[in-house]
Amino acid sequence: MIFLRRQLPLVITFVTGVLFTAQYYVPHPRSELMLTEVTKWLQIIGGFALVLGVTSLFHIHAVKIRRKEPGWGYSLVLYAGIFGTIAVGFSYSFAAGQWVNGKETINGIMTAFGWIYLNMMVPLQGSMFALLAFFIASAAYRSFRARSREAALLLIAAVIVMMGRVPLGELLLPVSGDITQWILNVLNASVRRAILIGISLGAIALSLKIIFGIERAYLGGGKE
Amino acid sequence: MAFELLLGAWVATGLTLFIFTFLYQDNPLFKLAEHLYVGVSVGYTIVKTYDTVLIRLIYEPMVKQGDWSLLIPLGIGTLMLARYLPNATWLSRIAFGFIVGVGSGLAIPRIISSFILKQVEDTVRPLISIAQGAPTFTYNLSDPSSNLNTIVLLIGVVSVLFYFFFSIEHTGPVRVAARTGILFLMVAFGAAFGYTVMARMSLLIGRLSDLIEYADPQYGRASLWLGVATVAILLLWRVQRREQPPDTG
Repeated sequence: MIFLRRQLPLVITFVTGVLFTAQYYVPHPRSELMLTEVTKWLQIIGGFALVLGVTSLFHIHAVKIRRKEPGWGYSLVLYAGIFGTIAVGFSYSFAAGQWVNGKETINGIMTAFGWIYLNMMVPLQGSMFALLAFFIASAAYRSFRARSREAALLLIAAVIVMMGRVPLGELLLPVSGDITQWILNVLNASVRRAILIGISLGAIALSLKIIFGIERAYLGGGKE
Repeated sequence: MAFELLLGAWVATGLTLFIFTFLYQDNPLFKLAEHLYVGVSVGYTIVKTYDTVLIRLIYEPMVKQGDWSLLIPLGIGTLMLARYLPNATWLSRIAFGFIVGVGSGLAIPRIISSFILKQVEDTVRPLISIAQGAPTFTYNLSDPSSNLNTIVLLIGVVSVLFYFFFSIEHTGPVRVAARTGILFLMVAFGAAFGYTVMARMSLLIGRLSDLIEYADPQYGRASLWLGVATVAILLLWRVQRREQPPDTG
């Protein structure tokens, strides 16, 4: 029983890890087929991961409602949002003459599900992220001081890139567009490249540690 | 104008204004929109996942094409749910072992190929070109593949790598390289900041142009009426909060 609980997951990790590392170096149709199949499998398993996440969200808000904690009414709004969208997503579209089943449009006709996406999700998402523009600007105003050579460089680069991406900036400083492109395509690219190489080396080291059973945190706690 | 278009304009305007009220301070209207956003997003994801995973990836291949091998990922996925059974939690480790094992296995060769070898290949390029049999040096800054830019890229990559290399002490020439790396990093962070600000500004412009459009009489001046209503609700909420005794708990 201890083998099943403690060793079997590690054995599965090792076997699948070695198998799919080797798969890349075997250019055989069966090897390609195995990759296609396992990609589909991971998508299916990912669906179950969604169940885990959603259940956790439901549980947290159900507790808030049951205990009538401050702001429990908002949890009801959240539930209404979830169930309302699901109900609309599986409803029948009389205009299109068929079940919606998660389609935003059917034969060019917008469904109620599409309406929710267009008039609720898109504005909410856009506004939420647009809100960050104000906070970024306010944070920049408070913290952008050219206290050192490095801070000055950061400030200048940020200002040039901001100017180079709007017509007004290019009007005020005509070369800002070209400098912006140079900063993004050369200076920024070199830094991204170096950081990417560093991250990749770290990711490979971590993957090897996982495959060889040195890193086991992903197995979590619980009863042995 | 069709009723759904008009209703859509009013709902979109209302939700946009509710979110923007956070600029004043955290308030019930923002919280309402925030929770609705999470709810609608989760509901949308559930419906889409049902359609893609349950119908297209499981039901249709299994029932219509007889591909019963899909029972394996179904079984593995079900094992994940064993997290909720106190005496069988360990079963979920089998599922996690499979996912993490496959993920690690797939990652190693692909990362080496795409993120290390390819990046190094693009960095280590000839510093001098040969044109018509004679060596030439191109200075064009607007061309990322010019020789001058190749040198700048090479210096940038090497110096930033030196900055993040902690196995040797940063003294002498290594210090110079690391300091150069910091300069490159600062420019890149500044550029990333500027780029992010402009991306957010673009979203903001999108929302504001919608608000301007919905202020039109054909939409019943939704932006104006809802703007006034939002301000009125915020004022009421503020007055109500002032009248409430402070929480001493």
